[in-house]
Amino acid sequence: MLSGILVFNQKGENLIFRAFRSDCRPRLADIFRIQVIANPQVRSPILTLGSTTFSHVKHENIYLVAVTKSNANAALVFEFLYRLIVLGRSYFGKFDEEAVKNNFVLIYELLDEILDFGYPQNTETDTLKMYITTEGVKSAIANSPTDSSRITQQATGALSWRRSDIKYRKNEAFVDVIEDVNLLMSATGTVLRADVNGQIVMRAYLTGTPECKFGLNDRLLLDSGGSSSANGGRGGGGISGNNKATRAAAGSVTLEDCQFHQCVKLGRFDADRIISFVPPDGEFELMRYRATENVNLPFKVHPIVREIGTTKVEYSVAIKANYSSKLFATNVVVRIPTPLNTAKTTERTSQGRAKYEPEQNNIVWKIPRFSGQSEYVLNAEATLTSMTHQKAWSRPPLSLSFSILMFTSSGLLVRYLKVFEKSNYSSVKWVRYMTRAGSYEIRF
Amino acid sequence: MAMNKIRGAFAVPRKGETFELRAGLVSQYAYERKESIQKTIMAMTLGKDVSALFPDVLKNIATADLEQKKLVYLYLMNYAKSHPDLCILAVNTFVQDSEDPNPLIRALAIRTMGCIRVDKMVDYMEEPLRKTLRDESPYVRKTAAICVAKLFDLNPSMCLENGFLEMLQEMIGDPNPMVVANSVTALSEIHHTAPETQALQVTANTLRKMLMALNECTEWGRVTILSTLAEYRAADVKESEHICERVAPQFQHVNASVVLAAVKVVFLHMKYVGPELAKNYLKKMAPPLVTLVSSAPEVQYVALRNIDLLLQKQPDILNKELRVFFCKYNDPPYVKFQKLEIMVRIANDRNVDQLLAELKEYALEVDMDFVRRAVKAIGQVAIKIESASEKCVNTLLDLINTKVNYVVQEAIVVIKDIFRKYPGYEGIIPTLCKCIDELDEPNARAALIWIVGEYAEKISNAGDILGGFVDGFNEEFAQTQLQILTAVVKLFLKRPEKAQGLVQRVLQAATAENDNPDVRDRAYIYWRLLSNTSDQNATKNIVLSEKPPSSLPPTLLEQLLQELSTLSSVYHKPPEQFVGQGRFGADAVQRAAIEEQLQNARENPLAAAAAAAVSGTAPAQAQSNVENLLDIDFDGGAPASAHKEPSGEMSGLEGLAGTPVRVQSPAAGAPAPQASNNLDDLLGVFGDSGPSQPSSSGANGGAAADLMNGFSGLDLSGHASPPTQSQPQKSSQDIMDLL
Repeated sequence: MLSGILVFNQKGENLIFRAFRSDCRPRLADIFRIQVIANPQVRSPILTLGSTTFSHVKHENIYLVAVTKSNANAALVFEFLYRLIVLGRSYFGKFDEEAVKNNFVLIYELLDEILDFGYPQNTETDTLKMYITTEGVKSAIANSPTDSSRITQQATGALSWRRSDIKYRKNEAFVDVIEDVNLLMSATGTVLRADVNGQIVMRAYLTGTPECKFGLNDRLLLDSGGSSSANGGRGGGGISGNNKATRAAAGSVTLEDCQFHQCVKLGRFDADRIISFVPPDGEFELMRYRATENVNLPFKVHPIVREIGTTKVEYSVAIKANYSSKLFATNVVVRIPTPLNTAKTTERTSQGRAKYEPEQNNIVWKIPRFSGQSEYVLNAEATLTSMTHQKAWSRPPLSLSFSILMFTSSGLLVRYLKVFEKSNYSSVKWVRYMTRAGSYEIRF
Repeated sequence: MAMNKIRGAFAVPRKGETFELRAGLVSQYAYERKESIQKTIMAMTLGKDVSALFPDVLKNIATADLEQKKLVYLYLMNYAKSHPDLCILAVNTFVQDSEDPNPLIRALAIRTMGCIRVDKMVDYMEEPLRKTLRDESPYVRKTAAICVAKLFDLNPSMCLENGFLEMLQEMIGDPNPMVVANSVTALSEIHHTAPETQALQVTANTLRKMLMALNECTEWGRVTILSTLAEYRAADVKESEHICERVAPQFQHVNASVVLAAVKVVFLHMKYVGPELAKNYLKKMAPPLVTLVSSAPEVQYVALRNIDLLLQKQPDILNKELRVFFCKYNDPPYVKFQKLEIMVRIANDRNVDQLLAELKEYALEVDMDFVRRAVKAIGQVAIKIESASEKCVNTLLDLINTKVNYVVQEAIVVIKDIFRKYPGYEGIIPTLCKCIDELDEPNARAALIWIVGEYAEKISNAGDILGGFVDGFNEEFAQTQLQILTAVVKLFLKRPEKAQGLVQRVLQAATAENDNPDVRDRAYIYWRLLSNTSDQNATKNIVLSEKPPSSLPPTLLEQLLQELSTLSSVYHKPPEQFVGQGRFGADAVQRAAIEEQLQNARENPLAAAAAAAVSGTAPAQAQSNVENLLDIDFDGGAPASAHKEPSGEMSGLEGLAGTPVRVQSPAAGAPAPQASNNLDDLLGVFGDSGPSQPSSSGANGGAAADLMNGFSGLDLSGHASPPTQSQPQKSSQDIMDLL
């Protein structure tokens, strides 16, 4: 398994060096620096020299490196490095060189806890935060035997993600359905690829050890007929509104694949597609899913780009909102690539503001609020400088980013969320829907 | 605040820093001591030698402050080796801590003890370890379980004698899932390093326990359990079915490594269940595999390499999912390259139009490597799907018409391959000949000349074209020269009246004026063949013989499927080719080290004494001696020597730096044969290195092919078969390789 974890900054300074096995030599830091950081040709995240393998991930301005000497599980190594990033972010807000330098003691402590002899242990943020803290004040709790035996119970238990003594005066659960819609459209306007990566984020503020059941308008589930009607306890003004929003879509959604937080009982989902779980306290990602059928594309884009000689490019980009006029998108940004030798541009827009960003080679067109069914046009012209060595322009795709509330591209709908707890309290649930642009690319 | 002071430690080292630290460490104020410990750790990270502070740091070990304790332990783990005698002072604290009422401290003590690799410590470990293995707190038990593996690594005999293995085996039945997972982890590690211990024997009972723990333990524990299940050979069909049934729900896990591990288990056990059921599982694993493609790029890369393997075994599982593998503009190159390969694998006559349109799109991008690969992929599609070959050729012609230099060159090379498999596209030859002047790469020139020679009878001006090449014969690359030679001889055999003079000229040029032995040899062979008058057809039979269609070398597929999701599956190479220690290489390494000592003994008597001392001591010591040999800088705790020692080795590493593209991994390594300077010559020995296949052929060729190329420059034979090294000379080089 892992022989060591190293952290470098961009200059190649070794910020963290934690060896877990005796075969992780200090010298390896120099080798990584020479072979990877100082070598612009390196294109692979895995590098094996002799019998030493370096697997690295770049995050912000640091390199996170795992050293292995065996035929290690490569997927696990990278998943672990990414988990380290998640941990770092939740501890320090931003996991960069600054954070590493300011918190190196804590990072050593964390590494000591989440890896033993190179084998990953419990990496749940919530549990770790109970006894490894930034302030150093709380560690007083860890010093008292009774509290710490409770902590260790949780760190190893079957419910390693939840404390048992949680109490709330008001029991609430918030469900956010967030979809990233991906599109790849060819220059001729055919959809090459359209799919949705969705995630359901939950914030649970519930007393005790509640057992939750969660229902979606999942076609497989509905077809099997094994579902009950919506839960009466569901509250919040949002729900009636978004029913309308998604009703336009098909009544049910085919989920290509779903992945669940480890609190979900996978066996039950596999058997009868019921999502049943005991939630962690606070915010967590309940599930991720993928849908490829009947994707509602919120925006249609028609770019017309003409290269006139070698000195000019003319753009005419029309963008139309394809959702109900009651809804609106916010922060719509269209990035229109320009040739590398663009000298200046002129833009005219029917809505929003467009600006040329030379460092990105883009014309950026921003529309702060884009209401449904409306259509806006941008006309632009890029003047090019002449070059001695005329190289063809690769025409990278035009890309879009946006977010729309109360709209799901897949048509997914939360049908119910039931909470069962010993004390039988009533709880309030809220559901929100949002669709964002994932990689929304249009070739031209 | 204190933080600012810590940051100060990153600044340029001040004079007498060690002195300052020492003063802080023995300060009468607790906070000053703690701060100094932090600074010491910081200096340690930066690679400074702070081992001189060992006694002073050690004085701070007895503290109620958990954070400080952890820091001292961290320091201890790093420098214990340089002060083995002083470690004994810490033993007392460890033993005490292992009985502390606080489970966190008990676990910390046992965890750290295992990491202090000093013989004296091992002697004191037995009691605490035994106690903690039976601790009431699962947290302590799970830590102790791993500690058994640490102890085994240090001193296997002691571990066996004290019955720790049996205790560990019992712990698979522990009520706590994490303890189960860690016990399995430790046993599996021991089992792999020393198979003779039979540490991990899966029985019906342990199987049940593991399957139960599977649904409850952490994601990492699941990976361990799943890997063990994958290695397990089920007793009967029923058991296989049961395993598949229990494992399949893990496809839905959010952690990609769990998903891959689960896929591996089901894939391997599927062989034994009924075909209907197996088909069902195949269908079930497709969506999760596709989902992996939308994870982080590095994970995606590992997943793609594995999908590639799975597709070789089961070509149909993803045939509806072509679009998922379309490259995004911002994908990193290593992901793009892999996606291309997978698209070719999925290609069939239904989706081929879509695929070709997409590949053509890629061929017009600007990244030269990617474009070449895309063009190559078009050729692979043509070779794979006969009915699509015409479409592919047309696409390639379109690309040639773009006149972009490197696209044209690659397209010609690819067309040559297509010609080899499907004759009958002679119609396009004139188009190809038009771009003859633009070709400046030896590969592309050679490909075009090959086509001209092969179809000499159908190209009216073949003689003129080849004549032009013959005129400039001595300016060409060796590879092209060989091709010119062959093409002219072919032309002569097909149309003797036209090429009489040409043959004379080319043979003259190749034998008399050329320095390259390969070219000269080939010319001589042709000369002899042509002057053979007894059997006129002999020459024709040899030169114009039927070409065997180009095919992929046989793969190690079955073995690699066993290694799913590991590095081995990423490289598509068996582990023994890149792993030096552990399961495969440890013995070889040890033997090599002893061998070298014997060699030394013969050379100088002083070393003989040292060798004798080593062979006389316990195996643990021999082990550490091996480590010394493996140590890259040979300096251990004495950095002073670091500056002069490695000079010789550094040059070796710099040699590597010249060809790192090849070493890093097959996907990124293969694209630039011209970038690897001297390597081509080396590979040339093995024949045409042009279309370097990522999947290697045999053990020998494989070692030379991709991964170890950096080393093959130094010593080609070093890695061929580590377990049978016997010559001392070579063994020392073997050690070099392992660094």
